[in-house]
Amino acid sequence: MSSETGFDTRLYERFPTSEPRPEGELEELQRIWAAPRGLKLLTAVNNNYVGFWYVATSLLFFLLAGILALGMRVQLAAPMQEFLDQETYNQFFTMHGTVMMFLFAVPAVEAIGIMLLPQMLAARDLPFPRLSAYAFWAYLVGGLAFFCSIFVGLAPDGGWFMYPPLTSKAFSPGLNADFWLLGIGFIEISAIAGAVEIIVGVLKTRAPNMTLDRMPMFAWAMLVFAVMIVVAFPSVILCTLLLEIERAFNWPFFDPTRGGDPLLWQHLFWFFGHPEVYIIFIPAAGLMSMMVATVARTELVGYRLNVLALVATGFISFGVWAHHMFATDMPRVSSGYFSAASMAVSLPAGIQVFCWIATLASGKVLKWSTPALFVVGSIVTFTMGGLTGVMLGMVPFDWQVHDTYFVVAHLHYVLIGGMVFPMFAALYYWTPMTSRKPLSERLGRWVFWLMFTGMHVTFLPMHLTGLMGMPRRVYTYLPGREIDLLNLTSTIGAFTIAAGVLLFLFDLARNFRFTTEHDAGNVYGGGTLEWLPTGLYSVRSIPVVRSRDPLWDDPSISGDVEEGRYFLPNAPTGTRETLITSPIKAEPEYIQLMPGPSPWPLAAAVFTAGFFLALTVQAYAFGVFSGVLAVLSVLRWLWETDRPVKMSEADVGAGIVLPIAITGPRSHGWWALNVLMVVIGMIGVMAIFAYLYLYGIHPEVWSAPPALGQTALIVALNVLVLGLSWGGRKWLEKRAGQYANDGPWALEMLGTAVLAGALYLDISGWLGTGLQPTASGMGATVFMLMALQGQVVAVSLVMAIYLAFREARGLLTTPRNVTMDVVARFIAYSALQGIVFALVPRLFPGS
Amino acid sequence: MSPLTSTASIMTEALWGWPPPVLDPAGPYAESVTVLSWALFAMGLFVTAIVVAALWVALKGPARLKAKIGGEKVVGIGGIAFPAVVLTGLLIWGLTLTASLTKPITGEEMRIRVTGEMWWFRVEYLGPSGDVLFEDANEVHIPVGQPVVFELTSADVIHSFWVPNLSGKKDMIPGRTTLLRVEADRAGRFGGVCAEYCGGPHALMGFVAVAHEREEWSEWLTSRTAPRDGTGAAGRGRELFMESGCAACHRVAGTEAGGRAGPDLTHIGSRLTLGAGILPNHRGTLIGWIGDSQSIKPGNRMPSYDQLPAEDLHALAAWLEQQK
Repeated sequence: MSSETGFDTRLYERFPTSEPRPEGELEELQRIWAAPRGLKLLTAVNNNYVGFWYVATSLLFFLLAGILALGMRVQLAAPMQEFLDQETYNQFFTMHGTVMMFLFAVPAVEAIGIMLLPQMLAARDLPFPRLSAYAFWAYLVGGLAFFCSIFVGLAPDGGWFMYPPLTSKAFSPGLNADFWLLGIGFIEISAIAGAVEIIVGVLKTRAPNMTLDRMPMFAWAMLVFAVMIVVAFPSVILCTLLLEIERAFNWPFFDPTRGGDPLLWQHLFWFFGHPEVYIIFIPAAGLMSMMVATVARTELVGYRLNVLALVATGFISFGVWAHHMFATDMPRVSSGYFSAASMAVSLPAGIQVFCWIATLASGKVLKWSTPALFVVGSIVTFTMGGLTGVMLGMVPFDWQVHDTYFVVAHLHYVLIGGMVFPMFAALYYWTPMTSRKPLSERLGRWVFWLMFTGMHVTFLPMHLTGLMGMPRRVYTYLPGREIDLLNLTSTIGAFTIAAGVLLFLFDLARNFRFTTEHDAGNVYGGGTLEWLPTGLYSVRSIPVVRSRDPLWDDPSISGDVEEGRYFLPNAPTGTRETLITSPIKAEPEYIQLMPGPSPWPLAAAVFTAGFFLALTVQAYAFGVFSGVLAVLSVLRWLWETDRPVKMSEADVGAGIVLPIAITGPRSHGWWALNVLMVVIGMIGVMAIFAYLYLYGIHPEVWSAPPALGQTALIVALNVLVLGLSWGGRKWLEKRAGQYANDGPWALEMLGTAVLAGALYLDISGWLGTGLQPTASGMGATVFMLMALQGQVVAVSLVMAIYLAFREARGLLTTPRNVTMDVVARFIAYSALQGIVFALVPRLFPGS
Repeated sequence: MSPLTSTASIMTEALWGWPPPVLDPAGPYAESVTVLSWALFAMGLFVTAIVVAALWVALKGPARLKAKIGGEKVVGIGGIAFPAVVLTGLLIWGLTLTASLTKPITGEEMRIRVTGEMWWFRVEYLGPSGDVLFEDANEVHIPVGQPVVFELTSADVIHSFWVPNLSGKKDMIPGRTTLLRVEADRAGRFGGVCAEYCGGPHALMGFVAVAHEREEWSEWLTSRTAPRDGTGAAGRGRELFMESGCAACHRVAGTEAGGRAGPDLTHIGSRLTLGAGILPNHRGTLIGWIGDSQSIKPGNRMPSYDQLPAEDLHALAAWLEQQK
């Protein structure tokens, strides 16, 4: 077998080892990983805690958004009711959709990922525990602040997809829309932070020999999920930014009277918004695949087909966004393409459904456990939602039922069948992993039947309500349209679902007792690594993985892991650490030192939330103050990276010696930075799309670009920056001794200065042509590119200053150093972006 | 209880309800989609039945059947081959139908411009050169058996124009004009609504489409284009209309009332509905609407004239009723 990294795979044969481990190792692991007590528990960054809080918070938002839905259903139970007035109802439905999508569904699956992945991969923790903690706190604080807007009547009321011009200043002068734009913009940052964590976690922290081909299906799903977030979320970040800038500074991105276009929003939003649906569904499908296998007590049928389906779904889902826009009078060719793609995306879903059915059929024992009920209920419900989805993909049919209750029915079938039911199955299935007692099977049955019946009673009639002409998003309807009974039925169904959820809460209150040590264990008999005996440190030793369901195939594995007969049975450096492995074959590469409890992610999250909240209510002074504190908190937390360690390598068991904390392409930091640059790059790509789109729609507002000579100068300056950033790193490598303190920072600082100079030239060039950002769609998009470039230049500057500080304090290890790598690469990225942003708008001649 | 509850049912029964308008076409453009809809529902039921049956076999079925579907082969057939065939078929149907429904406009068709406004529809009947022949609101009249092209646009936010009996919907987008061709093959009154959420009382933004047989159509056309003496009986009602502020927003052709902000009231007396498709039109509802439009349709742009004494409201309504 060939090796990916040069690691000799025959070494795996040494495990499980037979010599007894020295006394006291387990106690040391416990001491090192112990969680802080009392209030200090809030500084915990370990995934057992953060993941649990994260899941709990997402359930809280599920309940809150569900309560809003009940309010809406009461209002619609009969025609012309006055339970909720118009304004309140409009806020309720907007918040219901927004909270369910942004504060429940995406965070819930991300939370489950953070909670389960390290256990499934047998890692001690995810690679950036403080980043998860930051993502969680940002989500909690930002989400709660956002939700509270409804109590003061300031909740957004433009619908969860916030179409301008309804949401522009002219038609939504209040703060309501700003709460949405800044609140959601902020929460997206949290989602992206989580995605970075998950990508690097899945690719770099798998147990040795867990090749991609042996990875649990949920890990595959989370990998696809996270990559999709990284590609899709920048689009919504950009469009929320554009709309907020239009509202605050009057740059006319979406104003047709000045060469903007309302449909630009729809393209940007749905480029995110449709993948979003799969972003929610894919992880749930991963959970389904794992539970189906356990329920049927057999290996998943069609593992590779399933992986293929997940990846294909991810790809195709980026080509279907405009099927939300068929009624906007698209050219026939475009609607044909998007129709075809929408059909195609149902193929991978079909593959998964039949893989699950085939697995159930090939299974031996089937116990009707609660997870099994939810899994089967999900298959039926999701299939029905998928089929109405195929119907909606047919353009002429879509023209009829688009924006009616038929669509409301469709999307709830897909989301409840595809995400909520799998999640409830998962809550029952994985609770024993983190609770002293499992949840009640008897109550669980009731929970399922109430939710399942309620779901169909609520949403099945809505198909008909829609065909009978009831548009969605109506706060009331007229009597005499024969839809009264259908609506009343839906309301009764909604309360049935609520009864199921209430019973579930009762079950939780009675049986759920959080623990990290004395969990109820493998109640349902799963075969994957999360069912190994664990403590806060995760597994005692990290097993060599030889199949997809190691616990089924090697009955002694649990005991061997617990006895420390595998990798890293101890803590050789005396600190928190985990094993980093290679992305494809999971060959051991090095030992990563992991951070312990830290208050800084919490502080950074609170101040970031403060910053966004202050912007929303236009308290700019406080905003700046809070923003600076947020940046300082992040820097303070980063200060501890590149900790000098006494030893450069350590024995990880069976005489295998691995290096500690390396840099470069093998390191987890390198991967994370690259992922982050993809995010920033995607924001840039979408901004360029906005520019080109408006050029295509309103070429008449395009004016001539600045002279070409100046462009050459801007490009040349940015090329110089590339050289400087690279030079700084080379300088560091040439340094002898352990620390550099004589100047590599200066080159990076100089690079930043040149970056800023190039940007200044670029901006003044455009201003020189008489172009103003408020004048036209062209002005707005051109200066938007400049603004984005300004952002990366500002970040580069902060980084360069930070580098200087570290160098001054003698913390810049030679020859290589993660901090230096990150700073130099980011500055180089900024220079490349500067070149692209300078060139693109100059290539399109206006008159 | 809202004033709507007691009155609306009188009018709406004729426009809405059973059978579902999507499945009750009144013209060729809707009919082809109705056929497609039934086929899609059949497909949906069929596939759901297959999946449920397969699940049943997988969970409870006899071992021999179970073994048959317990492998990758069933994934290949049920998850790949079967859907690929069905979807390809559907796609071809969908694309062909889309093409025939979006045939290029010839320029021969009768044209009506409808502008979505918060929260009503401005309707302008256009001449061959695009000139406005006459104006109306919240009601579109078309002849049976003749293709009509709607030029759709918006004065403020995005709305959507939908008469399910006649065709699918089309968005009304500020800064753009979208075209929708419809044709009625039977006379009748059909309900229409704004389908795109447009804020505030979006729920109460409707209109009526009326298809006339040939003769009736020319009568109707004559009633709209004939020169108006235009005023009805002069008197208190007319005075009030001019003096209380109504005329600032509403136009009544043949009078000095020339406001453009609100719906044209030249033919308000013959209109089927009030308040953009939400109230039947008679003396009582006219009085109610003028006096208290804000509690009937909260947030709409017309203030409640609750300061007017009852006899003034009566006089206003009486005069408006005469504007046929």
